[in-house]
Amino acid sequence: MAQPNRPLSPHLQVYKWGLHMALSILHRATGVALGAGTLLLAWWLMAIASGPEAYAQVRDCMTGWLGRLVLFGFTWALMLHLCNGVRHLVWDTGCGFELSTVRVSNQLVLWGSVILTLVAWGVGYGLIGG
Amino acid sequence: MSMRTPLGRVRGLGSARNGTHHWWLQRVTAVALVPLTVWFVASIVGLVGADYETVTLWVAQPLVAVLLILFLLTGFYHLKLGLQVVVEDYVHHEGAKVATQMLITFGCFLVGALSIFAVLKIAFTS
Ligand code: HEM
Repeated sequence: MAQPNRPLSPHLQVYKWGLHMALSILHRATGVALGAGTLLLAWWLMAIASGPEAYAQVRDCMTGWLGRLVLFGFTWALMLHLCNGVRHLVWDTGCGFELSTVRVSNQLVLWGSVILTLVAWGVGYGLIGG
Repeated sequence: MSMRTPLGRVRGLGSARNGTHHWWLQRVTAVALVPLTVWFVASIVGLVGADYETVTLWVAQPLVAVLLILFLLTGFYHLKLGLQVVVEDYVHHEGAKVATQMLITFGCFLVGALSIFAVLKIAFTS
């Protein structure tokens, strides 16, 4: 049964800005951006399936400066969505809603995503290939 | 007082009459994506600048091909569910809503199927 006049949550302009709010919006933004990013993944896989020339073309695009910039953004979006997504899953168990806990988890999500991104790129380009 | 559990009461409710099913699948796919994403990113890091030979041999390993397909299945399904919610929040015209939802579904299945087919082709031909 649908309830008429049930309370709705107010739109976002009534809330006070803060890291918690930015991360909440970024979860949605990164989710949609990752959706666009799946096109790159599909392009890469289809190029490998098409043969060496197609693969070489994609690899050159992805290792150029523009390609690296896009992939770096892709990596950070994925890591931020991953870290914040794990926090969402913890929240779904009913834990972690105290303001003091949220202040800590904000920092964990933000810096966790930065560190994971830098580690991935540091290992990928610094140690393995460039 | 009702003897039904909270879960039993919400089953079949909501505008799509699917109760908590959508929400639940979004969680299940999210949980599966945690290890799959970590594995995927770690593997790609090891393939930076790799030549054609190396990449095809990597994809063609049975464990890698299967994990890739699972990553693609869960990822595209999670994306389809996620984009659906975003559209429900912002698109209010009924016709436009139905049309965008269909486009999202078709788009996710199309790009997902192309990616999975590519993995299978690499795995079976190299
Ligand atoms: C890396 C592992 C991932 C985890 C743990 C995760 C987790 C989640 C969770 C818990 C939600 C629901 C958030 C809410 O209820 O507001 C969500 C939403 C979403 N996710 Fe993911 N996700 C992951 C990967 C991905 C990927 C790879 C994509 C894109 C291909 C994606 C796209 C989306 C989208 C579009 C939404 C909807 C956003 C919204 O409703 O605001 N996610 N994710």
